[in-house]
Amino acid sequence: MPLTVALYGVLGLAIVAVAGAVTQRGALGRPLVYGLSAAISATLLAAGLDALLGALAPETATLPLGLPWLGARFRLDALSALFLAVVNLGALAASLYAVGYGRHEHEPARVLPFYPAFLAGMNLVVLAADAFTFLLSWETMSLASWALVMAHHREEGNARAGYVYLVMASFGTLALLLAFGLLAGAEGGYAFDGIRNVEHAPAVKALVLILVLVGAGSKAGLVPLHAWLPLAHPAAPSHVSALMSGVMTKVAVYGFVRIVFDLLGPPVWWWSVVVLLLGGVTAVLGLLYALMERDLKRLLAYSTVENVGIVFIGLGLALAFRANKLDWAAALALTAALFHVLNHTLFKSLLFFGAGAVLAATGQRNMERLGGLIHRMPKTALAFLVGAAAISALPPLNGFVSEWLTFQAVLVSPQLPQWGLKFLVPAVGAMLALSAALAATCFVRAFGIAFLGRPRSPEAAGATETDRWSLGAMFAFAALCVLAGVLPGHVIDALSPAVVSLAGARMPVQAEVPWWSIVPIAESRSSYNGLLVFAFSAISGLLAAALIRGFATRRFRRAPAWDCGFPDPRPETQYTADSFAQPIRRVFGTHVFAARERVDMPAPGDTRPGRFRARVHDLVWDRVYAPVAKAVEYGARRLNPLQALTIRRYLSLVFFSLILMLAVLAIWR
Amino acid sequence: MALIGELVVQGVQMTLVLLLAPLLTGIVRTLKSRAIGKAGPPPLQPYRELLRLIRKEPVVAEGASWLFRAAPYLIFAGIWVAAALVPTFASGLLFSWSADLIAIVALLGSARFFLALAGLDVGTSFGGIGSSREMMIASLAEPATIMIVFTIALIVGSTQLSSISAYTASEEIGLRVSLALSLVALLMVAIAENGRIPIDNPATHLELTMVHEAMVLEYSGRHLALIELAASLKLVLYVSLIACIFVPWGMAPPGAGLGAYAVGLASYLGKLLAGGVVLALFEMSIAKMRVFRYAEFLGAALMLGLLGTLLAFVSRSL
Repeated sequence: MPLTVALYGVLGLAIVAVAGAVTQRGALGRPLVYGLSAAISATLLAAGLDALLGALAPETATLPLGLPWLGARFRLDALSALFLAVVNLGALAASLYAVGYGRHEHEPARVLPFYPAFLAGMNLVVLAADAFTFLLSWETMSLASWALVMAHHREEGNARAGYVYLVMASFGTLALLLAFGLLAGAEGGYAFDGIRNVEHAPAVKALVLILVLVGAGSKAGLVPLHAWLPLAHPAAPSHVSALMSGVMTKVAVYGFVRIVFDLLGPPVWWWSVVVLLLGGVTAVLGLLYALMERDLKRLLAYSTVENVGIVFIGLGLALAFRANKLDWAAALALTAALFHVLNHTLFKSLLFFGAGAVLAATGQRNMERLGGLIHRMPKTALAFLVGAAAISALPPLNGFVSEWLTFQAVLVSPQLPQWGLKFLVPAVGAMLALSAALAATCFVRAFGIAFLGRPRSPEAAGATETDRWSLGAMFAFAALCVLAGVLPGHVIDALSPAVVSLAGARMPVQAEVPWWSIVPIAESRSSYNGLLVFAFSAISGLLAAALIRGFATRRFRRAPAWDCGFPDPRPETQYTADSFAQPIRRVFGTHVFAARERVDMPAPGDTRPGRFRARVHDLVWDRVYAPVAKAVEYGARRLNPLQALTIRRYLSLVFFSLILMLAVLAIWR
Repeated sequence: MALIGELVVQGVQMTLVLLLAPLLTGIVRTLKSRAIGKAGPPPLQPYRELLRLIRKEPVVAEGASWLFRAAPYLIFAGIWVAAALVPTFASGLLFSWSADLIAIVALLGSARFFLALAGLDVGTSFGGIGSSREMMIASLAEPATIMIVFTIALIVGSTQLSSISAYTASEEIGLRVSLALSLVALLMVAIAENGRIPIDNPATHLELTMVHEAMVLEYSGRHLALIELAASLKLVLYVSLIACIFVPWGMAPPGAGLGAYAVGLASYLGKLLAGGVVLALFEMSIAKMRVFRYAEFLGAALMLGLLGTLLAFVSRSL
């Protein structure tokens, strides 16, 4: 039943996409498209939750679409149901947000038809049960999101972002295509059931793993395949940015989990080494990039890269445990990863909504031109603060719970017998801890510079609060961030059907733990209770407030800032985003970014201005992408003369190619 | 009955750490002054300062938001809850299972998050410099702490502080290299987190060298009192944490008689005093570092922690 509902929902989204293309000119288009998208997403969310929480048996359907002899197969099992719920949770909030936010769109015709198509593509990916449908849906998702990235193509840099995205997306799909080709084998068993039942050779499995890491990893933003992500995600309209960062990366994670955990069969321990290394490096580098960034939306996109790293650390640990038949530990690591998937959808969508509200109110994404928004947009500021605290893994919010679970998974890993893992896992644990601490720094910087202090530009000084739809979407997700952090046991239990289907075991039933605490493994003596931590913090804060206010004066006086006796009213004297990041740039940047600072201080008596220059390089771009681009360009230039030959030469070229191919064929046989 | 006992112990501990916090700060100040030949303030001076600050009307900078006024309460609440969960004189705390060592570290992180935001709120350059440096220090000190937690948790098999202290107090622990490494690392982290010399100077009023003081520069009156009290609490918390993990002897076990509690209390006071003396002597014998050498100091702590974890990973007996 839920699968039927889901498929009708996708059909509905397709119709809405057509409606969006038709009604774009009228004033009706925006509320119609986003309202219907929200309604359909809510239905799909309900269907996903029903299938997940009801622990229904996997449901399959075959539609006479796609390849004639194959049909399009769909399946809704626990994993699909979980991701269906996550996708549509994000889509529901983004659609509601867009009902208000969409007003700021200058060319709605470039957004309205593609938005529902993008949603439909993502939903189909998680429902697909054969390689053809999967790839087709994957490409729909990629192309629709590409069209949305190009919605503001006249803005500087966006055309390049779209180009890089298109190249990387095609590259990723190619890798997935090859992976499915290998999995299908010579018989061409494209259905997932067929792939699951075949035992693949170890070399094939290894190759598929690498290809999936490239294909799904590039969509999710694993370093060094992340380069497109911080360009493309921020270029789209903000509700689409929220979807791309909060939801589409999760669909990529789904692709990885579906293929590696489900289709590929039992893992080998060294797979986890690759995944853990990539995850750890991604987590740390993503944040270091984010800390160097001035553009609020690009900062959020880089932080997405970090969070994907954390998810992959959890997945890597789960692979390691599963390869060693430690199912209970695999369940813990997998729960941590899936919990973080949900959390990241919640807080990253929320933060992008906030950034979009700021962008709409000020026209600025550059943090150096913002400031003081907490006075002008108090509600947006509050919601953004909750998101910032949640993503910084502060208790009692939800980000901390998934981090705690991942740490607990690291702590059970000495049981792994392989020496390589014994050395790697603590190092990855250190990277995880480092990224958590850097996340707090990054979001103190983001919130502190953009929302606190004094306005750094007239636009920031004249900002006004955003509309009610946007605020509603933000506060709904802020509330969910608190709720998932305070009652984590319920979330863990809800995730368990998906975990069981992949790991063969589950975490202890958390609802049975007294006081709604959570415990990582049954015999563990470690526990955490978000509700009590929340209650204690609230009680002690209120107690302190009550005591102090009862004992002392309640009044306070306003006066100019003290600032050690030299207050300067000009906003330029505030700390900027760049100056805030300077210590981090000095500590980490010298190696990671080849950061160099040059101070040009005039001699005493010289009246020319002093200058300070800080340069940061993106080494991944310089070392990996730039050489590839250069090689492609070189090859293209060499081949260019071939386009202007005489007919005689072309014919001889054709002739010689034919001879060559026949010769190859002859030798091959 | 046991429940009531644990509840009482929990309540006593929450009050105890709050009452003792200014005393420890005062003792360290007095000892430091004495050791370098000054008369110094009496040990009870911090209490007087707090009372004076609470009574005064706070002056809030123009342009400060609600966050500026709410932050002291949030900071205080975070640190107080964290301090209440570290066993001090008795290990049978009613709520110790609600947050383990990782959660305590993260609670301190929450307090720091709001303190750093408060430093940025008014939009002064000193506030910004303090916040920026504090977060840099934290981004190295926090992973180091987590590594220490890992080492201890791997040896004990739990991240719960009551289990950890019970395990160290038992005979089976013995001398371990990894524990020694994490002790050194924890001491370094404690110095950095509490803003003591050589990382930060709690007594300084030279603006460019301040970290903690720069963040709270705009605070006054009851707000400042809360932040100062929270800072003292954090010092008590770290001394208690080190005592609880590495020298848990004397701590009253759950359900012990009044005599055991008295012993626990006396031994805890002794540990606090010893911690204060060591800190004062250490601080007076060393000079403050340049800001950008912090990374080396804290990087060393992180590496020691990581080394300890590696050892604990590789062998159960190291």
